[in-house]
Amino acid sequence: MSKKSKFVWFPTPYHSLLLWLVWQILHEFSRGHMVLGAVFAIVIPWIVAPLSEKEPVAKNPLKVLLYLLRLVQDIIVSNFEVAKRVLQSNRHLKPAFIAVPITISEPLPLTIFTSSVSLTPGTCSVELSDDKQWLYVHVLHLEDEQKLIAQIKQRYEAPIKEIFQC
Amino acid sequence: MTNILEIVVSFLLVLGAIIMLIGSIGLAKLPDYFTRLHAPTKASTLGVGCILIASMVYFSFDLGRLNLKEFLITMFLFITAPIAAHMLAKAGLQYKVKLKEDTYNKDLSAKAYLHKAPDED
Amino acid sequence: MLSYATLFASGLICIALALNAWRLIVGPTTPDRIIAVDTMYINSIALIILLGLYQGTTSYYESALLIALLGFVSTAAFCKYLLRGDIIE
Repeated sequence: MSKKSKFVWFPTPYHSLLLWLVWQILHEFSRGHMVLGAVFAIVIPWIVAPLSEKEPVAKNPLKVLLYLLRLVQDIIVSNFEVAKRVLQSNRHLKPAFIAVPITISEPLPLTIFTSSVSLTPGTCSVELSDDKQWLYVHVLHLEDEQKLIAQIKQRYEAPIKEIFQC
Repeated sequence: MTNILEIVVSFLLVLGAIIMLIGSIGLAKLPDYFTRLHAPTKASTLGVGCILIASMVYFSFDLGRLNLKEFLITMFLFITAPIAAHMLAKAGLQYKVKLKEDTYNKDLSAKAYLHKAPDED
Repeated sequence: MLSYATLFASGLICIALALNAWRLIVGPTTPDRIIAVDTMYINSIALIILLGLYQGTTSYYESALLIALLGFVSTAAFCKYLLRGDIIE
């Protein structure tokens, strides 16, 4: 409100594109809806952009794509591991809590990081400490604590830090 | 062509259903709350993803035009599943659910409930 | 072949729903029941999509989307209720 900023046509270009694409998918790519979707994709960010806080933006889309591919691969592979654990007897199960030291502090990268940890089965992020230095993770079956912490840091935290450069 | 399509769609359907069944078996048989949290929230997400993709592929060929609607549900479920899991885990901590007897690092759950660092008193 | 696969998958998901219902009744705690409901709505999305495949129509898609949206919101609301004893702060 205080600072008068210059008028921008596309305050959030990625969100506009996403909005337009979702509208097209919902209405099967007809020509009228292409125009209507474009109107929405332009007008809605004008209203919404001043309300949202500034978030760090991914600099390199290629790296985001690589990260997503690796995430999908991890989800599929570790799902089969969890399936194996579920079908075995409960007696062999060694559930555990572990604390992972983290160095990300911005909200958006942190959300993506904790979601990645949760989505790969076998680990589930439970809670952050107040100073955002530790992430508590519940593990379904713990083999080696240090190895798992190193794996989480190397597979998920490092690429996210690289993508958002924070 | 239709034969291959049918085989692929049937395979995805059965695979998805089996994964979802395993998730639900996990929900029924695992010993404590936090282990029960693991199986359904993720296995079910992948299973329903398989079924939705099967439906997407089938209708794309059946109607003769690109049909990506089911992909939206898949994306939505993949985005919301970790958030729901995180909230459920917080609710479990708040409720002080019983942990399995031999849970490793049991005392970390009390630290997590108080949002403290592990070395802090 | 496709109709057999659809029926088989529906059978498996019905067993899964029965297991969820068992967890919903047995409990033992409230958060357990919330997980059961959460899993139940995901399973019912799959069941609706399978019904659409079996009948060869896409018109069930909207109901699946609505269940996905409302299911997440209801899970979040239940958890908020447990966390704070209040849904809207």
